[in-house]
Amino acid sequence: MDYFFQQLINGLTLGSIYGLIAIGYTMVYGIIGMINFAHGDIFMVSAFLGLIAFLALVAIGVTAVPLALFLVLLIAMALTSLYGWTVEHFAYRPLRRSFRLAPLISAIGMSIVLQNYVQIAQGARVKPLPPLIPGGFTLVSSKTFPVELSNVQIIVVVTTVVLMGVFSWLVARTRLGRDMRACEQDLKMASLLGVNVDRTISYTFIIGAALAAVAGIMHLLYYGVIDFYIGFIAGVKAFTAAVLGGIGSLPGAMLGGLLIGLIETMWSAYFSVEYKDVAAFCILVIVLIFLPSGILGRPEIEKV
Amino acid sequence: MTDAAAEPILTVEHLSMRFGGLVAVDDLSFSARRGDITALIGPNGAGKTTVFNCITGFYKPSVGMIRLTHTNGAEFLLERLFDFRISKHARVARTFQNIRLFPGMTALENLMVAQHNPLMLASGLTFLGIFGIASFTQAERAAIDKARYWLDRIGLIERADDPAGSLPYGAQRRLEIARAMCADPVLLCLDEPAAGLNVRESGELNELLMFIRAEHGTSILLIEHDMSVVMEISDHIVVLDYGLKIADGKPAAVRDDPKVIAAYLGVHDEELDEAHAEAGL
Amino acid sequence: MSVLSEHSTGHRFDFLTALKRALLSALIAFGLFSLLIGIRTDTGPTGALVLTGRPALLAIIVGLVFAGALVRELILRDRGIALGRFVSPDLLARAQALGKFVGLALLGFAILVPIIFYHDRYLLDLGIMILTYVMLGWGLNIVVGLAGLLDLGYVAFYAVGAYSYALLAENFGFSFWICLPLAGILASFWGILLGFPVLRLRGDYLAIVTLAFGEMIRLVLINWQNLTHGPDGITGVPRPSFFGLPFNNDDGGFAHTFGLEWSPLHRIVFLYYLILVLALVTNLVTIRLRRLPIGRAWEALREDEIACRSLGINTTNTKLTAFAMGAMFAGFAGSFFATRQGFISPESFTFTESALVLAIVVLGGMGSQIGVAVAAAVMLGGFEFFREFAQFRMLVFGLAMVAIMIWRPRGLVATRTPSIFLNREKDINAELVRRARTKTWSWRRAQHD
Repeated sequence: MDYFFQQLINGLTLGSIYGLIAIGYTMVYGIIGMINFAHGDIFMVSAFLGLIAFLALVAIGVTAVPLALFLVLLIAMALTSLYGWTVEHFAYRPLRRSFRLAPLISAIGMSIVLQNYVQIAQGARVKPLPPLIPGGFTLVSSKTFPVELSNVQIIVVVTTVVLMGVFSWLVARTRLGRDMRACEQDLKMASLLGVNVDRTISYTFIIGAALAAVAGIMHLLYYGVIDFYIGFIAGVKAFTAAVLGGIGSLPGAMLGGLLIGLIETMWSAYFSVEYKDVAAFCILVIVLIFLPSGILGRPEIEKV
Repeated sequence: MTDAAAEPILTVEHLSMRFGGLVAVDDLSFSARRGDITALIGPNGAGKTTVFNCITGFYKPSVGMIRLTHTNGAEFLLERLFDFRISKHARVARTFQNIRLFPGMTALENLMVAQHNPLMLASGLTFLGIFGIASFTQAERAAIDKARYWLDRIGLIERADDPAGSLPYGAQRRLEIARAMCADPVLLCLDEPAAGLNVRESGELNELLMFIRAEHGTSILLIEHDMSVVMEISDHIVVLDYGLKIADGKPAAVRDDPKVIAAYLGVHDEELDEAHAEAGL
Repeated sequence: MSVLSEHSTGHRFDFLTALKRALLSALIAFGLFSLLIGIRTDTGPTGALVLTGRPALLAIIVGLVFAGALVRELILRDRGIALGRFVSPDLLARAQALGKFVGLALLGFAILVPIIFYHDRYLLDLGIMILTYVMLGWGLNIVVGLAGLLDLGYVAFYAVGAYSYALLAENFGFSFWICLPLAGILASFWGILLGFPVLRLRGDYLAIVTLAFGEMIRLVLINWQNLTHGPDGITGVPRPSFFGLPFNNDDGGFAHTFGLEWSPLHRIVFLYYLILVLALVTNLVTIRLRRLPIGRAWEALREDEIACRSLGINTTNTKLTAFAMGAMFAGFAGSFFATRQGFISPESFTFTESALVLAIVVLGGMGSQIGVAVAAAVMLGGFEFFREFAQFRMLVFGLAMVAIMIWRPRGLVATRTPSIFLNREKDINAELVRRARTKTWSWRRAQHD
């Protein structure tokens, strides 16, 4: 039972990270109907940016961890947003009028570009970071299996909750959020009514990238090691999460993320670690076949 | 055999279609006689295309039964047949409100695709076709002849090898009808075939539909807004409003039915009169 | 005011805005590259990361971006050159009219390559690799180009073919000529199996699921060590024989039987012609199928699936057939790959392979046989050419994919040839042809009349 409890905690932490990335997928898909294949790699870039920023800050003398992490978060979010904006501007915007396979291929191309760019710029080896936030709480002390909640895990979950709150407020209450929802419903009509569609879409990408950046920093802190390939796998899993929760639904993305995190952790704990990625892929397939609109999504009726 | 022929070709009984909380079609019943041109009319949002989609297998009705009877007595419950089976087995063909041709394929190819099923059989599910077996070549030639016949009928022989997407609008509409006919249907369902056609083209459409009915004995069910088409060629009209049937009968009767007039033109608003009187207007 | 001074005033004004825009681009570049290029992380002696600054490199790159942006603003804006229209449409149309001749010429060249370059083993190997990808491209063309189904996991069938061959040969000792058809059948069976549950998915979703399948196959290959030997792969895959005569120096061998002096080139040349024949079979079957009802149904499916259903076409079976055919040819190609290399491992079957073949099909013009062949030659030739810049190859490949989509999304061959004519032969401009479609935003609302 304790083992299960521990896996539960681990799963929720992992799920929070996936959820943050999934929001980016679901927002972009909701607004322009495109799977941003490169989003997972944006997440990977943010992790690298965070790593380098942190090491640089330490090198110039900012050694207080909380301050450094705070700055790292800001820097990573800002620069990753820039990456997100750039990718949208150069690789997707010119193709908005084109046939629908074009942005997908372009996205695949960008994904390859980002992976190789990081690989060339920083080398192909894994990059480790010593654990920065030590300690935690022992929830259940037992001789067989103590259940521990580490500080990192707390930070991940709390940050995610706070961000979700901020983000939900943004979508529900601000002008930008209203524009985004309008574009998601009917792009042409929104533009006819004076919504600056280009800018709204850019903001969607920027926000998605910023959230992915947070996920990247969390990943860096939680796992302590990154390489240029983490984007691909995390991307597919996060997309699975977005679909599971209902593509186009923001709470759905987070819900899906948590579920995927839990399933992956439980699978690794109780069945086999090697096939945990296969488990995620299987879920994707099963969800798409049997429940394509996801848990919280709207069923789509095709107009004939 | 005569019994089956006297049966209405299409019987719709207590058809209802609900989308979540919205009732698009409410307890609709009507029948279409064999060899008739039956029109389904009503204001926008009345549920006409929904009925169509139920009949042609694109929606599954929430409640109701749709029965199609062939002259040989074969019966089909259309609410249970979906997808391609309605065209293949029950032999119901349709056209679409927003023309769905294959734009990158030529007019001829469009008509050939419609004859897919007999050609597939003749090609031995492709296996024989690979080797150019004679029976397939013959079947293909017959199919081309049929296509040529229809292209001739709709005046597109010269443009047989032009991509369907490049044809003028009226030609595209006619091609879509011809394509549906190449699938050899007993019931032809047309969704607003006269939309966007001018007076002359509508007249040509009328001729085409009358020809189809006369020469091929195909029963026709059509949705239409253009009254010149509806009144001119229909034998039987069913009127819908807000998902309910409000009239059902011959064109003359329907045209003078006050409920139909009210549905299209609106009812005089007594409250508005009172308000005007009070305000002294 | 004279025209001259108007022009020069306008020029100066343009220069300021151009300068501003170029500066903005440089600033963005600086933001993007500052950390990742400006600083390098390496594993230091203790295992921890060590930072090295690369300010010079950063400055150069930002400078290049600035210069490039400035050039673009000034020159191109001034003259209004659209980069994609370097070649006039007339020229393209004439080039395409020669399409058939080009095809025959290429075929003739391909047949003669081993004769012309007999002693250049490197070129022969390159030719074999290009032809393998041409075959894969033609196979995927059936799925993506003709039927319009986005398949991002094509490499899975390639892998099934290769591993089937290797395992059948290892465990049952079958010869190449038996294993080849078996591998194709297994692959197409796998295609049906994988296709069946997912074929009612639309565009993007189908792409992601096929991608997932491709990855799953790779992961299973790595982890199911009992069957597949895991990441070590399978070695000692039997080499092909000349219809029973082995290509060795023995008395019963090919060289001795035909009275030739033994040379390792014999096997290479045989492999070359083998893949050429396999590819040509793929091509001929595709062309033939296109004229049959199934092929026409594939293309109609791509154009408008709903209309197909309304005409009585069983779209599920049609899609499955396309999937199975594509998978079969990938299986054959996989078999060939295994026997050519003599060794296979899961590393050869990554997503990048799927992406590469997809890029070949899209660049080739989706549906055009010649386009795919030329695209394969260009892409792989390019890859080989830049072999020294190993790391940058993939980066350039990714950029090329993006660039091609922006500048020439229709691919090299921008026309479609109808499969049947009534009066006279005419090609159809690609603008009218519906490519593999994904869902659009307007379908998301619940629609009812």
